[in-house]
Amino acid sequence: MVNTYRHIGKATPRKDAVDIITGGARFLNDIKMLNMLYGKVLRSPHAHALIKKIDKSKAEQLEGVEAVLTWEDVPDWRGGTPRYTRILGQKVRYVGDAVALVAAQTEEIAKEALHLINVEYELLPAVFDMEEALKPGAPQLYDEFPGNVVTPGVPFFGPKSLKEVVMGDVEKGFQEADVVTEGFFGYENIPNPLPPEPPGAIALWEEPNKVTLWVSNQASYMDKIVLFHIMGRKVEVRSIGGPCGGSYGSKFMSWQVQCYAALLSRATGKPVKLIFTKEEHLAAFTMRPASHMKARVGMKKDGTVTAVSGTWLIDTGYYSMTTQSQVAVGCGEVQIAIRCPNWDLKPVIVCTNRNASGVVRGFGGQELKCILIPILSLAMEKLGIDPFEFLKKNFVKPGDGYFWRDGNWYTYRGVDFTKAMDKGAELFGWKDKWKGWLKPIAVEGTKRRGVGVGVHGNADIGEDASEAHVRLHPDGTALLFSCVTEHGTGQRSNFVKMVAEVLQLPMENVSVTPSDSLINPYEFGPAGSRGTYAIGSAVIRAAEDAKQKLFEFIAPMLEVEPSELDTADGQIFVKRYPEKTRPWRAMGIDRTITGYGRFEPDYTLTNCMMSFVEVEVDTETGKVTLHRVVNTTDAGQIIDPPGLENQMNGCLGSAGIDSAVFEETILDRSTGHILNANLIDYKWRTFSELPPVDNVVLETPFPSHRFHAVGVGEIATSPGPVAVLMAVSNAIGIWLHEYPATPERVLKALGKVTLKARKGGVA
Amino acid sequence: MNPLTKKQWPVIQKLNQIEGLMKTRKISRRRLRKSAARGGAVLRPKSAVLSKAPEGAHRMKKSPIRLTVNGHLYELEIGDKPNQTDPSHTLAYTLRETLGLTGTKIGCDHGACGCCTVLMDDRAVLSCMTLTVECNGKKITTIEGLSDPKTGKLDPLQQAFIDHSAFQCGFCTPGIVMSAKALLHENPSPTEGEVKEALSGNFCRCISHYHVLKAVMATSRMSR
Repeated sequence: MVNTYRHIGKATPRKDAVDIITGGARFLNDIKMLNMLYGKVLRSPHAHALIKKIDKSKAEQLEGVEAVLTWEDVPDWRGGTPRYTRILGQKVRYVGDAVALVAAQTEEIAKEALHLINVEYELLPAVFDMEEALKPGAPQLYDEFPGNVVTPGVPFFGPKSLKEVVMGDVEKGFQEADVVTEGFFGYENIPNPLPPEPPGAIALWEEPNKVTLWVSNQASYMDKIVLFHIMGRKVEVRSIGGPCGGSYGSKFMSWQVQCYAALLSRATGKPVKLIFTKEEHLAAFTMRPASHMKARVGMKKDGTVTAVSGTWLIDTGYYSMTTQSQVAVGCGEVQIAIRCPNWDLKPVIVCTNRNASGVVRGFGGQELKCILIPILSLAMEKLGIDPFEFLKKNFVKPGDGYFWRDGNWYTYRGVDFTKAMDKGAELFGWKDKWKGWLKPIAVEGTKRRGVGVGVHGNADIGEDASEAHVRLHPDGTALLFSCVTEHGTGQRSNFVKMVAEVLQLPMENVSVTPSDSLINPYEFGPAGSRGTYAIGSAVIRAAEDAKQKLFEFIAPMLEVEPSELDTADGQIFVKRYPEKTRPWRAMGIDRTITGYGRFEPDYTLTNCMMSFVEVEVDTETGKVTLHRVVNTTDAGQIIDPPGLENQMNGCLGSAGIDSAVFEETILDRSTGHILNANLIDYKWRTFSELPPVDNVVLETPFPSHRFHAVGVGEIATSPGPVAVLMAVSNAIGIWLHEYPATPERVLKALGKVTLKARKGGVA
Repeated sequence: MNPLTKKQWPVIQKLNQIEGLMKTRKISRRRLRKSAARGGAVLRPKSAVLSKAPEGAHRMKKSPIRLTVNGHLYELEIGDKPNQTDPSHTLAYTLRETLGLTGTKIGCDHGACGCCTVLMDDRAVLSCMTLTVECNGKKITTIEGLSDPKTGKLDPLQQAFIDHSAFQCGFCTPGIVMSAKALLHENPSPTEGEVKEALSGNFCRCISHYHVLKAVMATSRMSR
């Protein structure tokens, strides 16, 4: 299809490109204010304890210290789902839990003050394992969560919020199956999304009840809303977002660091900056949820899934930030990927004494697929079914449906992804490479190659509401009011692009407001892949509304109806008589014209990403090398080609594919300490070990908005991990049941090493 | 998949030494700094650890540190008062907090992520692992100093990063650009393998690596 758009689908430099490339982009930690203080957090060395006594007098006496706050000094602000976790409590629930907050004139003084706080703890038994936590008599983390089971359901998703996948009759389904298999797989390496910029906040409190927060986040408007509720609905919150140095979901909710800064500013009357160290980022900010599942699946010879029945245990750490939401979305996503009439999939969210899990790309669905697709693979193996054909057949097709996060049934009305999947398979050479289950595609000495495939799709592309304003100026420029922050996807520029396309202006003539909650309307933010369709729709409607109002104002001057007008480059003209024009200036130099757009949630569309991987396993050393990745999707219409390619290349990072190859957070399950909370011991992919990544993007117009596009960025990380597990298992001829495929695990599977069971240790 | 590179090993060893010293002597960085300002009595037995710091600290009491940053000569007075440069200040701290050059980013502050990379006499150094007192007489270039100071014209490498969309969140970008710049100083037309090696100490989590390689290789070709 020929692209007839002026901007859409063309590579255009990002609006913030020069700032980023010259060091002019002001990230959170680059902001300095007069009289600004620096905050630090004293953290618990114990996994579970009661604070008996805190003596902060010495710390308070240190020159330069302006506030020391403990649980006794702060209001009862609570966060989490449900809101049971106090901002500072008498009980600490993981190694790293906040015990006291310090504000001082310099960071060094604040750090030194932490050493001067004396805390007496009464140690409590701790629990680091889900099964142990569920046993009668296990240490209890909260009175509100008997048996350490977190209350299911998400109030924000409505009264019927999805808590499980239960439908049809699984017993009947198993009877209809040609094969029934049972399996157990775990994705419990709690990898960290780990953006380069550490989490942080700057707060300025104004008595009696107003706080302004400078945040690094995807969705600055949501901070205002989240904090309003956490602060007891008594505080007026203004949140100002700026460039965000990576989030991958994780900074979507940063309520704790924001509250710490707010409390310290409240205590001192001065602005307080609090930036986590990288160690805090890794050990006391959020990570991916851990989960495992034992399930039975029934399958027919043709790859039809007849029944899925199992218990999905999710370890949320010491509290649930959004884990119920991840379960709800994951349960919806699994139905998008696996068509099956009979389900009995029961999630249980468990609290343990480790750092909390939180928001991260893949949002529940990546976690669930990483353990369910391998169980389905056991059935495919018995029936000799090609996993590519299986995933292609079972992915949602127009007319199919699913229960989404609000518990309602939706019928999919988007495009059929079969063509995109076939294109990807062709580029990868799947048909030639696939040799059958647990068979390597090549063996050379100790090196064995294997292939795998995974898929993911998310109906969050039309999730939640967005609002935008577009203001037209007589000088032929337009200003977009949107509370979107730039966190790397380039979406702020893409929304400018959409406005410029609707108004037929050069992109230089359109700008976007700072993401300040004071000046912008409601915006859920670019969470998941909702930017392109959900936010884009609000932006487009605002631009269209503004244009309509402009035409209504100008039409009488040209003695035509508004519907007869069009505009380009700041000129309004009559479509039939293009020589009849008026400049935007004709609106008057003392006038602006503002349009409003809103997007209402729509769960009838989903995106899709399929990833093919080829790995090489050295059976002597156990090392797994990723040799090739092919991602394929259908985006409807590409908005920004290089931006989309960047997002798809992102499949490797942010707790994505590499969470199956080498990435893991290592928790010492006898003490609760995280052993690799630094960027040396936490492994990440370097420039010198890049596999070839190819991305296939089809553009079959979606029934979304005027540009027929949908977002896909978020899901790039999600299909890969399960593909890697499959590929490694195929290479060595033995199923691996856990992530990542470390040399240790590979050699253990090959029977080359015997791992001594460490008492309560990590695998 | 070890992120350590040749560039980083000495840094890590040095860090461990400093931290070990702090632990064994039960002193905080602040106390370490104070003692160093007094003449480095605590540090003197381990002078190798902080290379020239104690000697420097002695001298600094009399004469300030002189360093050129992006073509401007700065004289920094040594001491622990506000507006003075403390012997414990890292170059990253001085650039960002004292000189206001916040283009240099601090990611890990431990010499592992490369976000703080700047040029010292045209070589890439990790400014979070370099003490300012070690920079006397040095020429420092930061991301802010790459474009032409008179015309504001971007360096060809910067322009290539824009043309190839070689960034996403942009936080690691200044460090990556400076590492690449150091490589191009040394070797104006590197191969892709050489670029990968030179950038292997730069952490990027959005995975902009592929576009970065295109941008650096485009600049490399221009000089062929």
